[in-house]
Amino acid sequence: MTLGSIDAWWWPYLFIVLAGWAMTYPWRALGVYLGGRIREDSEILVLVRAIATALVAAVIGNLVCLPSGPAAETTLALRVFSAAMGFAAYFFIARKVLIGIVVAEAIFGLGFYFGY
Amino acid sequence: MQMPDDTVLPTPGFAERCRWFLRGASNVASVPGLILCTAHIGFADLAQQAGITMAQAVFMVGIIWALPGMVVFVGAVLSGVGLLATAFAVALSSVRLTPMVVSLVPELRGSRTRKLTLYLLAHFIAITSWVIAMETIRGMPREVRTSYYFGLGSILVVTNMIVVAIVFAVAAALPPVVAAGLFLLTPMYFLTSLWGSAREQASHIAMVLGLVLGPLIHMFAPAFDLLGAGLIGGGLAFAAHLIKDRSA
Repeated sequence: MTLGSIDAWWWPYLFIVLAGWAMTYPWRALGVYLGGRIREDSEILVLVRAIATALVAAVIGNLVCLPSGPAAETTLALRVFSAAMGFAAYFFIARKVLIGIVVAEAIFGLGFYFGY
Repeated sequence: MQMPDDTVLPTPGFAERCRWFLRGASNVASVPGLILCTAHIGFADLAQQAGITMAQAVFMVGIIWALPGMVVFVGAVLSGVGLLATAFAVALSSVRLTPMVVSLVPELRGSRTRKLTLYLLAHFIAITSWVIAMETIRGMPREVRTSYYFGLGSILVVTNMIVVAIVFAVAAALPPVVAAGLFLLTPMYFLTSLWGSAREQASHIAMVLGLVLGPLIHMFAPAFDLLGAGLIGGGLAFAAHLIKDRSA
């Protein structure tokens, strides 16, 4: 059974509910259940925050290393170098998100223009 | 432990709650809010290519509300796999939501917050609003944090449903330079704000490990890249935290 396999207007929506909502919301509900049992100053929260942070960082790493669309045409070296320079600007010049974005985009744009 | 902000505050009135709702809603018009919109422009572009209709894509944004899960969903539709395989892939990519919710809930709830309120608000928890909330919520009175987060989360969802509808209505593919440039916005925003919102050094270590482990595990076991990177990276960072505590 695929998204287009039943020819009825409601089928794609049911498919989205079953394969989308029913696969995401329970993880959130589990989080509320477990989070309600943990004290704010608990040591276990350090572990949970570390896992959550590593997960989001993995999303970032995958976005940079394995992009989809036109960005996939650029070299891995250019993408990693742009992101690293953007983060360095954020770290050493000023702790502002915009600085990191502007520096990374400027380097990436130049590299893209010159065909890297 | 005595929590000073838990004890004497009166229940905020409706007007007070509305003020905090609007304050959360106004945080949607921010750098992270705009970046999430660009990420949804990319998603709408991808969904169009997969033959998903405008109404279906808008429905997905509202009901799934987890961009990595939605991208995985569209990827599965593009490759023509069935319901079970799609569901499995989406479920795996969404396990990450649990630790995010677990770490936010103790800071979100007030002394009289109902369970139902938290279960409803949990729907809005995804990377962007999680990072914004982790950065800002500690400076707010405890009893109004749920109102603030409701404003932030719900308006963020509605705004991006509108963004996706607009992209479908315009129905033009993005020029390659623009699409390529857009791609870097999301990782740069997460990279810098995740570093800035980290509570302790363990999170900084976890972040560096996750950045490397995500793509590395993806080469060997793509289905488990996020989960594996989270558990290994987070676990090692926590071990470093414990060792440092003991030697201090």
